Amino acid sequence: MASRRTFLKAGAGASLVLALGGGVYRAIQSTRPAPPRQPFALAGEAHAALAAIVPAVLEGALTAGAGGDAARATVVDDVHRAIRGLPLATQKEVQDLFGLLAMAPGRRLLTGIAGPWAGASPAAVHTFLQDWRTSQFGLLRAGYAALHDLVLSAWYAAPGSWDAIGYPGPPLVAAP
Amino acid sequence: MSMPLPDPVALGLARGWDVVDGAALAADRTFDADVLIVGSGAGGGVTAEILALSGLKVIIVEEGALKSSRDFKMREAEAYPALYQESAARKTRDKAINILQGRTVGGSTTINWTSSFRTPASTLAFWRQRHGLATYNDAALAPWFDLMEQRLGVADWQAPPNENNDLLRRGAFHLGIATGTIRRNVRGCWNLGYCGMGCPTNAKQSMLVTTIPSALAHGATLLTRVRAERMVIKGERVQHLVCRALGADGITPSGKTITLRARHFVVAGGAINSPALLLRSNAPDPNYLLGRRTFLHPTLVSAGLFAQRVDGYAGAPQSVYSDHFLTQAPVDGPLGFMLEAPPIHPVLLATTLAGFGAAHAETMREFAHIHGLLALLRDGFHPDSTGGSVTVKDGAPVLDYPLHASLWDGARRALLAMAEIQFAAGARSVQPAHEMAGPYTSWAEAKKGIADLEYRVHITRIVSAHVMGGCMMAGDPERGVVDPDGRYHALTNLSVHDGSIFPTSIGANPQLSIYAIVARMASTLAASLTGKPAVRPMAEA
Repeated sequence: MASRRTFLKAGAGASLVLALGGGVYRAIQSTRPAPPRQPFALAGEAHAALAAIVPAVLEGALTAGAGGDAARATVVDDVHRAIRGLPLATQKEVQDLFGLLAMAPGRRLLTGIAGPWAGASPAAVHTFLQDWRTSQFGLLRAGYAALHDLVLSAWYAAPGSWDAIGYPGPPLVAAP
Repeated sequence: MSMPLPDPVALGLARGWDVVDGAALAADRTFDADVLIVGSGAGGGVTAEILALSGLKVIIVEEGALKSSRDFKMREAEAYPALYQESAARKTRDKAINILQGRTVGGSTTINWTSSFRTPASTLAFWRQRHGLATYNDAALAPWFDLMEQRLGVADWQAPPNENNDLLRRGAFHLGIATGTIRRNVRGCWNLGYCGMGCPTNAKQSMLVTTIPSALAHGATLLTRVRAERMVIKGERVQHLVCRALGADGITPSGKTITLRARHFVVAGGAINSPALLLRSNAPDPNYLLGRRTFLHPTLVSAGLFAQRVDGYAGAPQSVYSDHFLTQAPVDGPLGFMLEAPPIHPVLLATTLAGFGAAHAETMREFAHIHGLLALLRDGFHPDSTGGSVTVKDGAPVLDYPLHASLWDGARRALLAMAEIQFAAGARSVQPAHEMAGPYTSWAEAKKGIADLEYRVHITRIVSAHVMGGCMMAGDPERGVVDPDGRYHALTNLSVHDGSIFPTSIGANPQLSIYAIVARMASTLAASLTGKPAVRPMAEA
């Protein structure tokens, strides 16, 4: 915790990581034999990062509805689908954001989470989101905002979330 | 068993409208027309109808798909990706401002909330004084407002406001702040509240069910899922427009190229996309004005929690407004703002509310009791408020919109005014859309809290549903991209007919300003191309 905060105060170094991180991740990804225009997909640690972030953002909402892992997996899938509907340039930006989270140095320095995402405690994920939310770095605040909007949109767009908030859903429209 | 409502677009297609879906093209194509119009929104739709009625062969090219009432299911999950620019998540370069803009046949008119205001007199006066637009006065424009109001059914809203709007009226009344009733472009409205997801009953008189069908019935051709890439310019003339057909996903180019040739070209892709097309085309811009002075009505949001149900998702989304705070200072003084209520739908609310986790979930459980207020800051008048600038990166438009001290000052005053009105209406608590604010449980607490807040990007939530400027008009060719008739200063066969021509923001929801001003421009253009007076559009009987 202390070392991360110290690093974040270092400023220039953090900016450099932010600027380079996405590009490095993309370079690594692009050396893999993948056909062009493959649908956006998060793999490995990037996928694990999203799977860890979803329950933190939806704490209090996910548990209120139908249970656990299946609901979380549906949200992760819906976030993927939402990203695939964005312009290609935006998809690249989202890929870069998760690229940062997927690489161990980026994850450690920018989120303070020491080990792989699958083992990250909900409290640690909550803390990193809270730090990004009011960070001195615009890129981290924007990253938080993207995660906030992607996860909350996926959840509240789904009819399964509506009962808990008292939304009856759209009315029936038909010719009289 | 209930019957589906008649869908005028489906009926028109069955009657043989000439509509070409770019995603279905198997080969490159070339089309010829008298006039090629880029965009099918407020500007493109009005232009297409007037030119087609006047006997000109018109082609309309639209990047979005053709969706109509049979597709409009009132679900955010479907509507935002299908009908909005960037799935309703278009953003400024620094991601500080989220922008709602349409991307479908009918453009933003298909998904707007129907609020219809004539251009305020103070805005037109500013344009005459500061931007050399002598023909922009109330008397000269009145016939064009009359015409388009009749054409699009703009009238006072007769039904009582829903609770979400009435709380604005009641709270303001307690404080001695005047409110008015918003006029709406609807015919036979069911008062459902889902205008933002495409009108399922065809009551909203958007371009999708009015001018575009009329143009198609008069021989126009509509190309959908086709992206206007660049105009090829030789000397003082546009030769042709090069377009890319999009694939079935509506995002990825399919590899098919479409070449569009015409005598005259009208750019009406909306502010952001119109200047970007002109920039990609290397259109002459000797005074470096292209893409500059882009305005957003930067909008602050405040949520009030009430004991009673508000049900902000139900009923006409906007029916009450207050322009009180636009009139408290000179037009170019501290930024004034318009107050309105937004519809409250699950995704719209969840993404606008600050925070996450348990606290966010707790607020969401009060969904039916939440009241929303919006304050639209009037940008482009104060000397510091010079707006944003559109540039092109890898072919895609990027809008940089710096937030200056004068705007943050307006943001603070707006959050204060909204909280005071919400408490006056009986709110139990008020939560401004700001990462560090509230909830406040009294006006006294909110007054101090909001005054002490930190105002900066991402921390203070700012949204926009009104993009204007970027191809500003001016009387003096050195000070504008287009002339007062919308003609591009440096090219003989190019016009711009959309909200990008405005030299400032409007200071009210802009759709009716676009309709009326473009109707005048299109009529002048039709007359110059045909040598006869333009035909006036009429509402269907």
